[in-house]
Amino acid sequence: MNIVVCIKQVPDPSQAKIDPKTGLVIRAGVKKILNPFDLYAIEEAVRLKEAHGGKVTALSMGPPDAAEALKEAVAMGVDDAVLLSDRAFAGADTLATSYTLALGIGKIGAFDLIICGRQAVDGDTAQVGPGIAEQLGIPHATDVRRIVSADDGQLVVERMIENGYETIRMPLPALITAVKELNEPRMPSLKGMMRSKKMQVPIWGPGDIQAEPERIGSNGSPTQVYRTWEPTRKITSQMLEGTPQQQARALLEKLGQVQ
Amino acid sequence: MQVMSIRVTDACIGCGSCIDECPFGVISMEGERAVIGDGCTLCGACAKICPVEAIIIERGQKEAKAPEGKDVLIFCEQRNGQVADVSYELLSVGRMLSDKLGAQLTAVILGEGIKDHAQDLVTYSVDQVYYFDHPQLKLPHEEKYVSLITDLITTIRPSVFLIGGTTLGRSIAPRIATRLGTGLTADCTGFDLDEAGNLMQTRPTFGGNLLATIICPNHRPQMATVRPKVFSMPERVADYPGQLIEMAVPEDLKALSEILSVTEQDDETANIAEAEIIVAGGRGMGDAKNFALLNELAKLLGGAVGASRAVVDAGWIPYAHQVGQTGKTVKPRIYIACGISGAIQHLAGMQSSDVIVAINKDANAPIFQVADYGIVGDVLEVIPALISELKGKG
Repeated sequence: MNIVVCIKQVPDPSQAKIDPKTGLVIRAGVKKILNPFDLYAIEEAVRLKEAHGGKVTALSMGPPDAAEALKEAVAMGVDDAVLLSDRAFAGADTLATSYTLALGIGKIGAFDLIICGRQAVDGDTAQVGPGIAEQLGIPHATDVRRIVSADDGQLVVERMIENGYETIRMPLPALITAVKELNEPRMPSLKGMMRSKKMQVPIWGPGDIQAEPERIGSNGSPTQVYRTWEPTRKITSQMLEGTPQQQARALLEKLGQVQ
Repeated sequence: MQVMSIRVTDACIGCGSCIDECPFGVISMEGERAVIGDGCTLCGACAKICPVEAIIIERGQKEAKAPEGKDVLIFCEQRNGQVADVSYELLSVGRMLSDKLGAQLTAVILGEGIKDHAQDLVTYSVDQVYYFDHPQLKLPHEEKYVSLITDLITTIRPSVFLIGGTTLGRSIAPRIATRLGTGLTADCTGFDLDEAGNLMQTRPTFGGNLLATIICPNHRPQMATVRPKVFSMPERVADYPGQLIEMAVPEDLKALSEILSVTEQDDETANIAEAEIIVAGGRGMGDAKNFALLNELAKLLGGAVGASRAVVDAGWIPYAHQVGQTGKTVKPRIYIACGISGAIQHLAGMQSSDVIVAINKDANAPIFQVADYGIVGDVLEVIPALISELKGKG
């Protein structure tokens, strides 16, 4: 089974701290990490390879240092990695991103399954996975919590919904997006780390994937950022004092005013 | 229509302050000059910090394609004949937008035996309700939904298309937008219109720490998924003169995937996405068995039970309850955090709740920084007190 895992490098959310005076996030010098949801995607791909054979390729689009995130995937057991990186890819929204990644997948070669993390924790859109599936004309399932079976060219998965789950059968090739319940990601192995350290991640530009210039980067993005601002968080905490019983009574009184 | 672009001028002194400031970490230094790389969202943080004003964000004009239709279309999601609350909320947003635009409010609903539901939607002042009624649509089959809705949009050409930010909505919307080659904004919490009638779509990003207004000036429809519980329910208008329009479902409607079964878990305390009140527990609850207290409190308040990542990882409660960056983002009216310290990943999932209550032993826990009401105390004393107070009121 040949699998492509799409991953993203994101600013480390655990490093961001809130300034107690302003209530705003302190962002200076935040280091970058592999998107947390992508760990589950990588782990599942590696497990499927271990069970069924085949090859796992990790793919990302981003600045040159996103190669670090790809190397992390290699250290976890991914065979190969490719980075799509070029100034022309900059400013891509989810439509342009899914187009670009779909072309990258096409160039990697024949695949049976594509796995993405549910969403990247910087943009939080959860749109690129389904977008890639549509670009490639293959079925998809989001929020996959368990792979029930993967054989005879068919994939059966459990997919979380608001009040339970759906069991869905899809012919391969298909795309799934991973949630945390899917598995417990492994630590990188020593051997994997040695391999990833030595690996030169190939970088592909628009020419390598024969991208149409008007469909990539900001040119290919129907949505545009009009403005951004930081929400001002009101910090008017009111502490409720007294015995637990008094605190409980005071709280319910306050909440009664809310309701 | 205004568009934005970013550039670094010769004034750049290579000080690197923008590199530290960039929330997305996409700025690098080439020689003595900052270079804005892939992934720039034009948020403007770098331009603000630059000591020599070398980073310029320009608003330019881009030739706009003539918009086609001007109506607003709302996707009304139903499961087992139950229309999702968020769909009604969208009808009230849709009414507001179509009034401002001087346009019609339209809605689409799919299912089996749903004509009465479609008729009922009219009474929320919907001008046209399009419905697809067919045994093939008994289950919410995404591929079928995507092709039928895309065909409808190609026929009626709405200017705005809004979809509730449910699991189904977040999954079908990107496929529809991609098929139509238009833009899609995820999980919006606010809408407005500019002078030209373009939809200004506001959404939280970066774990709720940055708000962005997104536009889609040159493509139609302007599509957005919308976070549940943000907008109010619409008023009913008993004799609203809206039309009911049945749409044909092709007999050979193809789909590659198949829903084998739908398993509903009758744990009503798990539906944190739609709950008005959430009682959430963290490590400070001490033990898995103490979550029974949270369940009891949630039931008394008519709410759901949330949890921090730590206790989900410890196996105290299933993942469906997890609030935060790798769980769900919630926006209830009241969020009661019990024994949750308030790591930034948790705050990302709940800080836009209307009212936040924090109960924690540690007065310095970061959760108190976002709380409207704080109680420093032992959750195992305070929660039982709350329960007895609520029962006393009976």
